[in-house]
Amino acid sequence: MLVRSIAIGAALSVWAFAAHAECAYENETEIRAITGSMPAWVAVTEAMKECGNVQAELNNEFLEKMQEGFAANPPLYNLGGLYGSATVPLMNANLIRPLDDLVEKYGQNLQPTQLYRVDGRIMAIAMMVNTQHLMYREDIFNELGIEVPETYVELLEAAETIKQAGVVDYPFGAPWKTTWLAFVDMYLGYGGTFFDENWNPTINNEKGVAALEMMKRLSEYMDPEFLVSDSTYTTQQLQQKKIAMAHLWASRASAMDDSNESQVVGLVQMASAMAPEAGMIPAASLWWDGIVLPSGISDEEADAAFRAAMEGIDAEMAVENSGAAIWLIKGYEPGRYAEGAIATAQNGGVPYPSSTQMGLMQTAIANNIADFFTGNADARTTLAEIEEAYIVSAKEAGQL
Amino acid sequence: MKFRTFVAFVGPSLFMMLVFIAYPLVAVLIQSFQIEQPVYDTVEVEVCSPGFVNPICNVEQKSVPRLDENGNIITNTSWVGFQSYANVLEFGRAWESVKSFDFGGLQSIDFWKALRFTLTFTFITLPFALVLGMAIALTINNATPVVRGPVIFISLLPFIITPVIGALSINWLFRGDGIITSWLEYWLGRDLSFFAQAWTIETLMMTYRVWHIAPFAAIIFYAGLQTVNQDTLDSAVVDGANRWQRLRYVVVAHLMPLIIFVSIIHLMDSYRVFEEVVGFSSQSYVISLQWMTYEFLIPDDAGNRAISRASASAMLTMIGVVIILIPLLRRTWRDHKRGALI
Repeated sequence: MLVRSIAIGAALSVWAFAAHAECAYENETEIRAITGSMPAWVAVTEAMKECGNVQAELNNEFLEKMQEGFAANPPLYNLGGLYGSATVPLMNANLIRPLDDLVEKYGQNLQPTQLYRVDGRIMAIAMMVNTQHLMYREDIFNELGIEVPETYVELLEAAETIKQAGVVDYPFGAPWKTTWLAFVDMYLGYGGTFFDENWNPTINNEKGVAALEMMKRLSEYMDPEFLVSDSTYTTQQLQQKKIAMAHLWASRASAMDDSNESQVVGLVQMASAMAPEAGMIPAASLWWDGIVLPSGISDEEADAAFRAAMEGIDAEMAVENSGAAIWLIKGYEPGRYAEGAIATAQNGGVPYPSSTQMGLMQTAIANNIADFFTGNADARTTLAEIEEAYIVSAKEAGQL
Repeated sequence: MKFRTFVAFVGPSLFMMLVFIAYPLVAVLIQSFQIEQPVYDTVEVEVCSPGFVNPICNVEQKSVPRLDENGNIITNTSWVGFQSYANVLEFGRAWESVKSFDFGGLQSIDFWKALRFTLTFTFITLPFALVLGMAIALTINNATPVVRGPVIFISLLPFIITPVIGALSINWLFRGDGIITSWLEYWLGRDLSFFAQAWTIETLMMTYRVWHIAPFAAIIFYAGLQTVNQDTLDSAVVDGANRWQRLRYVVVAHLMPLIIFVSIIHLMDSYRVFEEVVGFSSQSYVISLQWMTYEFLIPDDAGNRAISRASASAMLTMIGVVIILIPLLRRTWRDHKRGALI
């Protein structure tokens, strides 16, 4: 009995050692990471933990925690994982560290497109991109003889055909609980700009009206509860055959083939986000997620944290978790789930225009746009209300 | 009691109240008259964002806050009088809408939209909470002692459940093809969408609040029922009072101070309605005053918060609570004085 336990114990410790050995080195410095909570971050932090001495906090409120934690002296974390526009407040307060020296030392495997540069200095390392793209039920499209829509005008026609055929409850779905993002995407597609050179708002124009009107026409083919539908809910609607097409995050693509929750395994294809009308760019914004280091930590700590992070975002991790994200990592072969997002980028999708002012604009849109859909205000009034709300908050924040 | 003993007993709680209630209140009041702004410089920077295949580089104008030698953002604090209150209330736009009888216009201004919902919510849930609470209390009181314990426990359950969780569960029962929606659709033979218009969401929110708060009222009333004078009830029977009259003129009259107490608590709580907005994700359709304050306070992606407007909105909420409590407080005060005279 005793011998057997010892044998098992020995076998286990060898196995544990083997698991440990997946990391190329033994980490001696304590690393405390704070990141978002999506599956991609789980994959990356688990890979980092193989190096030892890594604690990771995956939190939905990571933005606020990171801001306060990086500002503390000494910083509470020595590694952060965030989405691109969240770097704005950190850079404003000078809380993140330029990474040029560390990239030179440990970044042999990084690709140029992974480097987020501000004025030539590398401020963050991106590991993945995310964008909203078109997801559609290939079986329904084949059955009804519908071409994959490239513009929202074509999508409306497809939606009408699907509605007439009555094969699903609602032809189209999108996470419009974040209505502001849906509007920003559509407005970018129409080629709109948000500010003039003095940061005055410039959305109350024909493009803004066109974007709103297009959204209203789309809403007629959507579940009437669209203003409370978030990404998870829209994903479920597609998985449960309630909708036939969705403008949804690329990171949700692999969930369609998860047989534990999906009834449409293998039936959903991804395509580029649609342009509003022919000749326009896709109505979608490109987002990226990556890592940053706080400026307050010592060089040794930064060295250790960066090195561990490079282990976390190496090719091995990306290949093992190829369904979790569209990785920018060398050695990762984009598969079926990434096709739509790559097409969106190649068709001219633009990065999300993040800035301090855009943060205020986002809030102004979010708080006023629902009036247009509930019928409290027409398009022009809604846009004027958004501009007015933006001006008030921009003045309060000292931006105007 | 000797003055020194009195001070020794009351002192610690008085100190706590000063630190944790009076000081924050004064701080918020001061903040609502101030605006704190970082000093910005506009600079031109080249930003290269990750893209697929190639990075996407743009030259952008960015406004960057100036930092002092310790690396802190330099801010200017200025007194702005009632500016933040005006920004929250938007009297100009509100008055325009009222003049032209444009209710939709008024309802597109956040504060008035939130106030409309908050007041509706508060005053509609109050009678339902009182009546349901009383009904539960009478049921418990009339239950045979053997089952009384379990009945009390079961009727208290809604009050024990965390508000956001409770609201979410009701949300899921009705959302899309939720259990109850499917059942109703089958029964009525038509498609239903509870989350596609404001009034259905509002009804769900109010139903939830009544369900959640009634046990609290019930347990207070049940305690009060134990002190009803049996002799008075017996003499009412002798006088020929029926069941309803006994309830109306003896029991309710006896419980009146408790009814007022429960009303005060309920008005204060429901004027600060917040969890329901989160739980039912109703913010596209209806928002409450407390939600507005929260919205001002949480930082956006770029780290901006509207602290001054949040403070102003918080002060306005507090003033609102005081105003709706005045009638009840006056009544309590009158009763108190009368009691002192007798």
